[in-house]
Amino acid sequence: MGREFLTIYWREMIRFVRFKGQFFAALVQPALWLLLFGIAMTSNFNNDLLQTPTVPGVMSVEYLTFMAAGVMAMTALFTCLFGGMGLLFDKNWGIMKEMLASPMPSYHIQIGVGLGGVTKSFIQVGLIMVFGLVLGVEFFSGFSAWETIIAILGIFAFVMVFAAGFIFLSSGLAMRVESMESVQAMMTLLTLPLMFSSNALYSTSSFPSWLQAISSVNPLTYLVNGIRYFALGNEFTAMGTHYEYTGGDIILSFIVLLVFAGLTFVFAWRAFRTAKVT
Amino acid sequence: MANAIIEVSNLEHSFGDVKAVDKVSFTVEEGEIFSFLGPNGAGKSTTINVLTTQLPCQAGTAHVCGFDVRTKRQSVKKSISIVFQDEVLDRDMTVRETLEFHGRIYSMPRAERLAREKELIELVELEQKVNVRTKHLSGGMKRRLEIARGLMTRPRVMFLDEPTIGLDPQTRHKIWDYIKGINEEGTTIFLTTHYMDEADALSDRIEIIDYGKIIATGTSESLKNTLGEDMIYLETGDDVKAAEIARAMSNVTEVKKTSKGLELILNADGSKVMPAILRSIGNESIDILSVKMKKPSLDDVFVHYTGREMRAESAENMFHRRRRH
Repeated sequence: MGREFLTIYWREMIRFVRFKGQFFAALVQPALWLLLFGIAMTSNFNNDLLQTPTVPGVMSVEYLTFMAAGVMAMTALFTCLFGGMGLLFDKNWGIMKEMLASPMPSYHIQIGVGLGGVTKSFIQVGLIMVFGLVLGVEFFSGFSAWETIIAILGIFAFVMVFAAGFIFLSSGLAMRVESMESVQAMMTLLTLPLMFSSNALYSTSSFPSWLQAISSVNPLTYLVNGIRYFALGNEFTAMGTHYEYTGGDIILSFIVLLVFAGLTFVFAWRAFRTAKVT
Repeated sequence: MANAIIEVSNLEHSFGDVKAVDKVSFTVEEGEIFSFLGPNGAGKSTTINVLTTQLPCQAGTAHVCGFDVRTKRQSVKKSISIVFQDEVLDRDMTVRETLEFHGRIYSMPRAERLAREKELIELVELEQKVNVRTKHLSGGMKRRLEIARGLMTRPRVMFLDEPTIGLDPQTRHKIWDYIKGINEEGTTIFLTTHYMDEADALSDRIEIIDYGKIIATGTSESLKNTLGEDMIYLETGDDVKAAEIARAMSNVTEVKKTSKGLELILNADGSKVMPAILRSIGNESIDILSVKMKKPSLDDVFVHYTGREMRAESAENMFHRRRRH
């Protein structure tokens, strides 16, 4: 395979840093969310009622720590869902024609844009992690240096597969639809259910069964599981819920994300292969 | 005799029920500037899109640089370049980045790419704009950049789809000079245009296309000569009678009624024939209100073959062509 996808990736990253306002917003918005929403909710939830029952010997985490994992996951979700939007611009007003007329196989565009989405997610997730730790998020508490490194690698592995899945989904949609408006409507329609049917901001254990069913096919839930497992350990309590993850749960979560990314890869691959701009 | 670099035979392309290209056949020889001349919607861009493998070849055959556009898409793509009708630039990339991106997606080796970037920026005189984003360039500069980009990979054939649409006259002449220069370096040029003067100024050979069919073909000279040596436009007090008289004269090959008066096509030197024509009409006591004589132009050729003016239709569409943000 040629290396032309690196050129697409190079351009994605140029565009990421060149639009100063957008770049600034991409970095500051999740931090603001953590700061305002996180602290506001924490001061509401940290009463004794919500902290019980605590299980003896099991770490109890504050809401801010609990939701930091959710904010990391949602940031990756938004970045990648809207990451394919650039392709729609390229199609209507940009250089998609040039790319499709070149001898470069069109899946290089998909891979380059995918790499771009993953990199952007890494940068944002990394920043939130650092900012969260500054704000008092208790990630990696009691971990040795070695365990912390493993945990961070684990988190990034989950983010990578998740981000790839959603960037492929949005790229594929962008190549299929004609108008800006319809993609934007689709994205908005997807965002809210994904966010609120997941375990990003609260426990899903008291959901009615139909909502639990939705939650269990929501990739966001699996990403959040992975992040919490690596950042908080296999057992903790938060907001009165007792969380226990086994190694098997986490491997299963990872496999679900891999399957999701595989499906969206095929979807995008087909969309690119049949793409025509004339 | 030069080699055929593009060979098209019975090419057809339809969009739904609309036949955009209808059994078109032609040959382009290596090293020439070949023009497709016709009004908007005549099928020019569709033909280019099939030849550059942007659209599938539905019926007929087409070979570009010896490669079948149906089965050897990659080879075709590697040996050609396209300057699109619409502006195809990333507004937020600089001039240098635009060329770099192109060279890289065409897998050019780095050293060759850098040398070529420098050479082409000089060729199209954008040295002062190397690090400027394309959105800050004028229309002419953008066109020059697109042409430079098309030359990055030293294509054997360059397709230019309406290269000077929407540009001012001075800029158009400059673009023509570049196109001629590129052609002199050995690149075959396939040009589409709806500007008669453009086809006239640049082309070695012209095909006139209308409603998806080729209606005339030849050099600019030979096309004009098919109309005869000179044309006379007459306005008289009685066009019907005047036409009858003119038709009877030996050097008049054709008489046509136009909106204003009569159009006479002559097979001899008009300055010698005209006095006799005017005398004959005057002898029948028909008033002669106005007389004009000229050499046939490509406009006249187009009108002759299609019965329609091309200009009026084109001008109003021009505004909508290079549509942007």
